[in-house]
Amino acid sequence: MDNFAAFAYLIAGICFFMALRGLSSPATARRGNLLGVAGMVIAVATTLASPGVLSYGLIAAGILLGGAIGTVIALKIKMTALPQLVAAFHSLVGLAAVFVAAAAFYAPEAYGIARDGVIATSSLVEMSLGAAIGAVTFTGSLVAFGKLQGIFRAAPITFTGQHPLNAALALLMVGLIVWFSLTQSAPAFWLIVLLALLLGYLLIIPIGGADMPVVVSMLNSYSGWAACGIGFTLANTALIITGALVGASGAILSYIMCKGMNRSIINVILGGFGADESAAAAVGGDDDRPVKSGSAEDAAFLMQNATSVIIVPGYGMAVAQAQHALREMADTLKKSNIKVRYAIHPVAGRMPGHMNVLLAEANVPYDEVLELEEINRDFSQTDVAFVIGANDVTNPAAKTDPASPIYGMPILDVENAAQVLFIKRSMGAGYAGVENELFFRDNTMMLFGDAKKMCEDIVKAME
Amino acid sequence: MEIIPLPFVALFTAFVLACFVGYYVVWSVTPALHSPLMGVTNAISSVIIVGALIAAGPADFHLSKVFGFIAVVLASVNIFGGFVVTNRMLAMFRKKPKA
Repeated sequence: MDNFAAFAYLIAGICFFMALRGLSSPATARRGNLLGVAGMVIAVATTLASPGVLSYGLIAAGILLGGAIGTVIALKIKMTALPQLVAAFHSLVGLAAVFVAAAAFYAPEAYGIARDGVIATSSLVEMSLGAAIGAVTFTGSLVAFGKLQGIFRAAPITFTGQHPLNAALALLMVGLIVWFSLTQSAPAFWLIVLLALLLGYLLIIPIGGADMPVVVSMLNSYSGWAACGIGFTLANTALIITGALVGASGAILSYIMCKGMNRSIINVILGGFGADESAAAAVGGDDDRPVKSGSAEDAAFLMQNATSVIIVPGYGMAVAQAQHALREMADTLKKSNIKVRYAIHPVAGRMPGHMNVLLAEANVPYDEVLELEEINRDFSQTDVAFVIGANDVTNPAAKTDPASPIYGMPILDVENAAQVLFIKRSMGAGYAGVENELFFRDNTMMLFGDAKKMCEDIVKAME
Repeated sequence: MEIIPLPFVALFTAFVLACFVGYYVVWSVTPALHSPLMGVTNAISSVIIVGALIAAGPADFHLSKVFGFIAVVLASVNIFGGFVVTNRMLAMFRKKPKA
């Protein structure tokens, strides 16, 4: 790579850093996104200008084909399906990494990493790592996509001997990488890829559907490390810098998600809720205590006499597509000078920041949407907490019951509000299968029904 | 022209420094924008297209050219899809209109 190209790649990398920096606030974010595009254009243009890249027609066809597919999908996807889309896109990066590694293996001179057909050992290690991580990312992301889209059961798929099997396969892979690096054997390369494809599948199937925020972040991270591995193979600083940036980003998001559930990443990867027999035994589910339930008119009356309302949205709101009706309800309340805010738990939804995007889509101003740390203290001064589609993130058992599977998880303190309204379809237990004490309290009113319809009925009752 | 690849130490230095910068830049992202963050990082990780272009580049036919072409298509889906979906998300974030 000549000096000019090296400088250009450095500038592209800087553009990518600035793109992420722009995400520190919605005001600067769109400009940041444009900088990201600029960085990509610089990187691609520099590569197209390099000697040896001559098939412009073929390349243009490829970019146009991929670009058209990507643009159409991105424009048409519903925001509630965002987690699936992100998972699917990660799989493509993983697969691309495998193909680039394969290309480097079969034509190493094009990349300048071989002399007389002999590839340096370090390059072979990097190449196999890039391919392996890419393959794991590919199948892992496809499984995540399947679970999110409902194609696979969301429940964890476990079988005895799973962990020893995965460990054995991982060891086998390490052995193959060593063998490949010493012999440059093509069958070894493809065995590594096949094994990694299998491992990706095996690693993700035991993880339950509601742990997907961590999984998607983790796969985001892996796609970055795969790019890094390829970057080392090709001695390309743009790939290395960008790969490290993406890898770090995914890792930090995974950490934030795990802290939000108070579980370690190991605990999540090695099987989430449902895999633990003793936790299943502790589940309530057949609690016959009475709950106070009400109608839309009751809820409307309660809220109209309040001075402050905090809305707690969860995945159930997304499923019911209730965000627009919810915002209409909030608007009606605001017209009567009632203070309305939204409280977002870090693991609400199926992807980090998912609730925020859904609320933004419904035209909720982002300064009314607050994170757990910012708003938790305010529940004690709030008249009504309106919980729509969330359950485990409000459950006080996380603070009081050491036997509960959600013990230790930071929760939203809705129990401190004067009145709590819960929209649920029925008394069925939430994802964790844990009974929520709040349902049985005196100051809690359950609103049974579909979230979207309930919000619409409340709006009607308030007019 | 003799192309001298960077020594491993230089690449590794860039890697470590990038990890540090990445750490601080990502922590500065506001939680409300974590979804666009995933969108952008997905798009920029497709800079792997650089490797794909080099593979698809040569004029004569070769197996790696096929691999390169496939990787170009895959990466392009991500680049366009990633930036477009991120822009869609970001366009929706609005502040309270000043009364």
